[in-house]
Parts: sequence; C-alpha cells; structure tokens
Amino acid sequence: MNGCRRPSSWLLLAACLVFGILLVGIGGCAAEGDPEGAVSAGRSLTDRRIEWPSWEAWRRVILMQDYNTRVVVTGTTLLGLAAGTIGSFTLLRKRALMGDALSHATLPGIALAFLIASGLGYSGKALPVLLAGAAVTGILGMGTILLIRNLTRLKEDAAMGIVLSVFFGGGVSLLAVVQQMSEGHAAGLEGFIYGKTASMLASDAWLIGAAGGGSAIVTLLLFKELKLLCFDEGFAGSRGLPVVWLDLVLMAVVVVVTIIGLQAVGLILMIALLVIPAAAARFWTERMARMTAVAAGVGAVSCLVGSALSAVFPRLPSGAMIVLVSALIFLTSMIVGPRRGVLIRALRRRTLHRRIDRQHLLRAIYEVLEARHESPAGATAATGAELAAGAELAAGEVAVADLLGRRSWSGSRLRRIIRRAARQGWVTVEAGGAVRLTTRGAERAARLVRDHRLWEMYLITHADVAPGRVDRDADAIEHVLDAAMIAELQTLLDVEGMPSGVPACPHEAAPASAAERALTAGTTTTAGTTTTAGTTTTAGTSSATDRGA
Amino acid sequence: MSSVAATVPAGRAVDSPLSIYDLTVAYHRKPVLWDVSVDFPKGQLIGVVGPNGAGKSTLIKAVMELIPTASGEIRVFGKPYRKNRRRVGYVPQRESVDWDFPVDALDVVTMGLYGQIGWCLPVRRKHRQQAAEALERVGLADLAHRQISQLSGGQQQRTFLARALVQDADLYLMDEPFAAVDAATEQAIIEILQEMKNRGKTVLVIHHDLQTVADYFDYVVLLNMRVVAHGPVATTFTQENLQKTYGGRLTLLEEATEAMRRREKTL
Repeated sequence: MNGCRRPSSWLLLAACLVFGILLVGIGGCAAEGDPEGAVSAGRSLTDRRIEWPSWEAWRRVILMQDYNTRVVVTGTTLLGLAAGTIGSFTLLRKRALMGDALSHATLPGIALAFLIASGLGYSGKALPVLLAGAAVTGILGMGTILLIRNLTRLKEDAAMGIVLSVFFGGGVSLLAVVQQMSEGHAAGLEGFIYGKTASMLASDAWLIGAAGGGSAIVTLLLFKELKLLCFDEGFAGSRGLPVVWLDLVLMAVVVVVTIIGLQAVGLILMIALLVIPAAAARFWTERMARMTAVAAGVGAVSCLVGSALSAVFPRLPSGAMIVLVSALIFLTSMIVGPRRGVLIRALRRRTLHRRIDRQHLLRAIYEVLEARHESPAGATAATGAELAAGAELAAGEVAVADLLGRRSWSGSRLRRIIRRAARQGWVTVEAGGAVRLTTRGAERAARLVRDHRLWEMYLITHADVAPGRVDRDADAIEHVLDAAMIAELQTLLDVEGMPSGVPACPHEAAPASAAERALTAGTTTTAGTTTTAGTTTTAGTSSATDRGA
Repeated sequence: MSSVAATVPAGRAVDSPLSIYDLTVAYHRKPVLWDVSVDFPKGQLIGVVGPNGAGKSTLIKAVMELIPTASGEIRVFGKPYRKNRRRVGYVPQRESVDWDFPVDALDVVTMGLYGQIGWCLPVRRKHRQQAAEALERVGLADLAHRQISQLSGGQQQRTFLARALVQDADLYLMDEPFAAVDAATEQAIIEILQEMKNRGKTVLVIHHDLQTVADYFDYVVLLNMRVVAHGPVATTFTQENLQKTYGGRLTLLEEATEAMRRREKTL
C-alpha cells in the first residue's frame, strides 16, 4: 500500500503493463504462424506476414456488412458483458484466480470430447460437444483444488498452481495425440488456446450470446445477495442467506462464462476478461452497482472492438486482440480514473505537500518574529492573538536566511514555497527579498503555531514524549489535526490552566533541531550553535543565540 | 449465581431470549467449547468475558448456526435459530470484512434489511429511509454517503451497529463492538445499548476490557472454553471467578486440547 503511493512504483507498473501488452501482441502474432491457419488463409506454410487490410475490409467490418461478422461480434460482446459483470463479484470475493485454474483445466476436456465424439462417429468439432467436455474437466479441476486444500495442509494458491499446470499439461499432450491420430480433422482445436473467432459459426455465436446474456441476468437478479456475500460472509450467514449455495451459483456462472469464452478469448487469456474489466472499473467509482455496470461496459467494449479487429486481421488471434483492448482501457482507467486513478492521487498528494510547506513557512516566519520580539514567550507577555491582531506581526520583515535556518529545506525550495505563498496572498516579498506576512497570513500563522504547540503540550503532558523530541513528533501529526481535535486539545489543556491564544513554546529546544540547523544553515547562525550542534539537549543554547541575534 | 452443572428448569426456557444446553463446538475435532449451558435473562445488557481463544466468538457463531456444533441444543425465544432469525441482530467483528469494498455507510446499513426485502427484489426508497434513520441514531447521518474506508474505526463500528439496529430485533449479539474504538465512540455505543435495553431488548456483548464490565453490564458470563460462571454482575463478577477464568485453573483442559491439536497435525 505504502509503496504504491510513490509515483515511481506506478510508473514501474505502467511500464510492466505496456511490456505485457507488447508481449501478448507479439505472442499472438507468433501463435498465428501455425501451419493450419496459414493453409486456411490460402497462403504458403512459411508465410507469416500480417498484411494491412484494405479500406474495403475495414469498411465491411465497421459497417458490419457481413452477417457472420455481425453475429460473431454480437455474441462476443454479450460474452464480455457477462464476464465484466461476474468478474466484479469474483474480484471482490477475492476468487479471481479461480477462473484461471478453471479455464486451464478445460483443455483436456476439449481434446477428450473430440476423441470420444469422433470415436462414436459424430463430428468431433461441434462446439456444444467440445464445450461440454471443457465444462467437465474444468469443474473436475476446481474440485481437485478443493480436494487438495482440504486433504492436505497446502494453501489455495499452491493447490491452484498444481491443478492449473497439470491439467493444462495433460491437455496439451492429449491435443498432440489427437492431432496425430486424426490427421487434419482436429484442425482448429488449438484455437481454444488463444481464441479464434474466425472459425465461429453463427449458431456458435448465438449459443455464446445467449449463455452470456443469461449469466448476466442471473448475476443481476442476485445482485444484492451476492454483494452481501462478497462483503460480509458471516453477516450474510446470520441473515439466513445460504452462503454455500450462493458461492456455488457464483462459481457456476464463472464456469459458464469461462466455457463460452474459450472460443473467442481462449483458455490462456480468459482470466483477463474476468479480472481486467472489474479492476479497471474500480478506478472509476466507489459504488458496487456502478462498478459492475462499468465493468460490464468495459468487457463488452473490449470484446466488441477486439473481435471486430480480429475480423479485419483474420490472422491475429481474437483473444489477444480482446485482451489488448481491455488492457488499454485498464491503463487509461488507472491513470485518469477519478476515484483511485494515479493522476488524481498524485494531485491530492501534491496539494497536501504544498499545504504542509505553506504551514511550515508561516510557522517559521511567526517563530522568527516571536524570537525577535521576545513578547509571547513569558507568561507576562502578550498572547499570540494580540500579536496577530497588532500590526507588530504583520509589520515584521524576515530575511530568507533566517527562515532557512528554521528547517531543513534547501534555499531553492524555500524560495519556491515563498513565491507560491506570495501568489496566494499569505505573504508579501519585499524589495530586498525579505518576507512579510499579510494580515491573513499573520492570522493563519498564529493559529498554526497555536495548534502545533497545543499538540506538543499534549504529547509532553499526556503521551510522555520527551520534550526534546516533541517538535519532530508534532510536525508529523499537526497537519492532519481537524477543528474538532484542536477544540478537544484546547479543552483538555485549558483545564490544566493554560492561557488561551498562542501558548509559549513548551520545550526548551529551538524549533529546528540543532543538528538540522548546523547542516543547512551553518553559515547563517553564530559559531556557538555550530559547536554545540549534534545533540538536542544542547539546542537550548542555539535558541538563546537566536533570540540574542 | 448458578453453577455450570445446573440444569435449566424447562419452564423458564420459553421466555428466555437465548437458552443454550450442553453446547460443545469443535473446529477440526479440536474442542473450542465444552458443555456450555446458559439461560440468558431477558432485557439486560449481558457481557461475555474471557481470555483470548476462550471461544467467545465461537459461542455466538454457534448460536447463529454459522458453524456446526458437535452437540447441544440452542433455543432463541424458545425456538431454533432459523425460525427466529428476524428477532436476532448481529454485529460481527470489525476486522472480519474488507473495508476497501466499494460501498458507502448507507449501503452497509441497508444490508441489515436484505432479509426483509426478500430475494431478487431491489432496495427501495423506504428501505434507504430506514437505513438513514438508523445511521442517525448512531450519529453518522452526515457520513451516509462516505465510502467505508474513509470512516474512522469508531465510525465503522457504529456503521455495523446501525446495520444491526435497522432490523429492530429483540436479541442482539455483538462481537467486540468496543474493540479499538476511541473513548467518545465507546461512550456513544454504550448509550445506544442502554437505550436498547430500556426498550426491552436483550443485548449480548463480547467484551475485553475487564475495567468496564461492572459499569456497562447487568449480567456477565465468564467463559474459558466452558462457562466458569454466569449471573448478575454484582454477585458473579468476583475476583475469585476472574481468577478461575483467567488463572491457571484450566491447565488440564488446555493440555488435553493441545494434545488433540498435535495429534490432529500428525494425522
């Protein structure tokens, strides 16, 4: 969590994604180099070129002029809609990877179904037959995961890794056997690995579309029950919701969506359609219903554009196209998403940092002036409110060099902070570069110093923090103190006889630690400070020198 | 104070909000609760107190049939839980859910009404109205549309409380509602519980802070795998009973459990 806050990790993530997209693209192109595909496209076996389609080809697809294209695109769009919808639930139920294990486990079923159907004398390539076989081994795979988890002490991720690889490996071997046995007849079976809409019949597309639409409807009907299941299983159980059955429904819908997605998206990439739309949607909203709607939309658009692209480039696997499109949408969501996107979070962070900088500046000016006038330090002196109200605080000019010594900020950064504060009307910059608080700035500065010191006093008296350390500790907290907490602090400390207004600095040490000062402002402070620098206990000397100056 | 072995007279059980007889619960054959028998009094604030691993959460989960029981019988207002589910409100532990979930406070409270709304039917305006009122009762009216991770720990706890309140149940089971909340929230929650009690509700609270037991509760159950003692706070919450609950008097029971767990591991 903490790591993700840093822009560098986001950049790294984005870079990885772009790299992944490229890989999928390249892999997709390479996979298409298989002989069967080349033959069916009427080219030589070694021809691996991807030709840029003619304008006519583009036009036919964009206007959906071919009946087959229309049906295929409609079917896969419904599939994407269903995958996005159910994906939101599995993502929130933290079962997203179940779909991956499931889809990999379907491969042996496809090969076996082909073998059995051919052996019985039917066409082994009928989609319903193959999908039925896929469903059987897919469910078997999921059962095996549960079995491994319950019988051994292995965790679910290990069980999933085992099942996923073993079933897939078995499937690949079976596929090789099938192709050996039935020369050429088994062509197209490997299309299930990467997805291939080109060979999809209209009847297949109708089947996919109907099952996808049905899955989406079931999910939406059970929307609130599934939402409660994903959020709080225990509470759902206490209300009498059949938790086990709901989980089974959820997994059954995942099975249906995965199975019908095999032909268009392929079993390796099917997980993308279950995870990416939902993950992308999370960046846009904090509401479950909207998230599901956005995820369904992202899934549908990915499939629509992906399968259309694959119709234009018949040699590119549709699965890869669909994943690429959804990844692009995800990347965009991750960056510009208005709820959790990278940009909005960077912006919020910057605003916060600027506010903290400004607060530090105002406090530093106040403290320099305070040290100069010596006024509110003693019990007899004027309170901060009086200081703020009087022209005294606003009248005082503070040299940049004095401010530089207050904190460990570099000269250029300090000047940048001052420029910004001047633009916003907190301070004015005098001819010689000296800084002066505006009336508004003076009021705010007094309040900030008061908050800071209240918190310091609280730390010393109530939290047993050593007085030498409170300045640093208070620094970290005071920027998040809200009005209610300040009020609470005030009543808490007032009871113990504190004067209102800006109290005196409760610790002996100077606001900036001596060590810090020696590092950044060794030249501006007197020699006395530098020699005693290094320990906070001796910092009292430096504050004395300061006031003397 | 009634002792563990005392059997509950059959006549009393009917109007008791919750009666438990000889309840034994085991996780993977490792017993967590042994022969628990308590007859909870009506209309009181009841504290369930005991060390970590004493089976406090297990007890209320067993009542709601969330976990299987090895033996024993549980009656909620004289009937099995499933018949009287609507009369029971539940506040789970705050850590049991993912607070990053895409819902706001009002959504969470509305979940308390799903049972009344019924399968497949949408949440309607009157339900949201009810949920908003419950949020107002716990002092979170202006945070209704805030995403739940943006709430403080105390506010999250109060959201859960509101979700239980919205059901208007007669018996409430609360799993550590005071865990990791600030003093102000603790005060707010105890005031709500007092008010519930004044309206005749029975509230059973799993509690950790022994300092406040005497202030907060009327009735106390001291639990450490078995019921050490139960009865009115004044007579039951004694040094001697606490010693029995938290002290080393149960070593044999623990050893037996530990032995069972080890054997389980090698199987």
